[in-house]
Amino acid sequence: MKFKMLTAGVMALCLGAGAVFAAGEPQVVRQELMKKIGGSMGALGAIAKGQKPYDAAAVKTALSTIAESAADFPNHFPAGSETGMDSEAAPAIWQNMDDFKAKAMKLSSDAKTVLASMPADQAGVGQAMQTLGAECGTCHQSYRLKR
Amino acid sequence: MASIVAKFVLAGLAAAVVGAGVAYALTKPDPHPEAYWADLGAPDLARGEILFWAGGCASCHAAKGAEGDALKLMSGGRDLPTAFGTFHVPNISPDPKAGIGAWTVAQFGNAMTRGVGPDGEHLYPSFPYGSYARMTKADINDLFGYLKSLPASSNVAPAHELNFPFNMRLAVGGWKLLYFSDAPRVDLANASEAVKRGQYLVEGPGHCGECHTPRNVLGGFQTGQWLAGGPNPEGEGRIPDITPGSSSIGSWSEEEIVAYLETGFTPDFDSVGGSMVEVQKNMTHLPKEDLAAIAAYLKAIPAR
Repeated sequence: MKFKMLTAGVMALCLGAGAVFAAGEPQVVRQELMKKIGGSMGALGAIAKGQKPYDAAAVKTALSTIAESAADFPNHFPAGSETGMDSEAAPAIWQNMDDFKAKAMKLSSDAKTVLASMPADQAGVGQAMQTLGAECGTCHQSYRLKR
Repeated sequence: MASIVAKFVLAGLAAAVVGAGVAYALTKPDPHPEAYWADLGAPDLARGEILFWAGGCASCHAAKGAEGDALKLMSGGRDLPTAFGTFHVPNISPDPKAGIGAWTVAQFGNAMTRGVGPDGEHLYPSFPYGSYARMTKADINDLFGYLKSLPASSNVAPAHELNFPFNMRLAVGGWKLLYFSDAPRVDLANASEAVKRGQYLVEGPGHCGECHTPRNVLGGFQTGQWLAGGPNPEGEGRIPDITPGSSSIGSWSEEEIVAYLETGFTPDFDSVGGSMVEVQKNMTHLPKEDLAAIAAYLKAIPAR
């Protein structure tokens, strides 16, 4: 009985440690950052399509999140994190790291530029979506694999 | 005795010759006659341009990384790595020497719909004539007219570098015998006009099945797997299932499919990636009713 308890305890500890371990892994960190960018794009998209009313605070939050997350994004591709944890990162990232970083920085700086001029209505948000959205596609074309 | 052996040998040889003759008859290039392509009249360049984008010509025939107006320079030269070797995409600009400027509409039409080159030779199915075969004569004429209105390039692409036995053009005839067909890929009873238009765009010029349908070892489509997705033929990753049975796209509404083709965003604001980026950019040049027709068709086909 005691042995069973001990085993269960050790197993629980291991599982817990595993979860903590996974949370800090670069693959997971970068996936979270991409989800933040996607979520922000979704918030802008809902306004652009007229599904939600124009809301300056929401637009500001979304653009800031995109700018910050995109700037941090390329910091999470160390050697050894090429695969695992359902990573969709393409090997091309490590072959063209400078270009990959430049593309992430461009998304960040363009989001800041849009933020500085602050889209004032639904049409303005739609315009911003087109600019930033094209950059999603350009980068994903070379650097993301669908598994 | 010797004469009996000789008779056997002769009979065997004769059978081999007849066999080879039958095989050649079954697999030789089979273009439409000149008369099929006669009297098509002046091409409608505006319709030709829509077909140019629907057909994705620029995704292979423009230089790698081309954007904007550079997508209209059909200089060729891009590499297309496959399991059979590396294809080098040819120049289809109006240059009379390097491109197709000296071709007749019959030569262009037979390349597009019969996989037969200007000298009567088999073309490799890396050029997706297995899909383009469904295009109407009028559309071929409009597209040819539009291509001839684009700027010329004198670039000459290198020859294909294929592994044995794929380097023998004659063998393409065997492939055609097995897999080439201009019949509908799926039978859709009581299809609406929109579904029919979508079927034409997807199965014909759009050649969606060339990537989205899994292939067997000989490069033929696996039966019963139309648009069911599979391993990426160009390298790593997977091509998604786009039938109503798909775990991702299957739940999208027709409006969401249209929005994806228009903007490159999925319903949950993930973005388009891989080779589909260029396809999606091409789709933005199509009229909205054509995108709606594609969506209607994708909802009408059997789930896989």
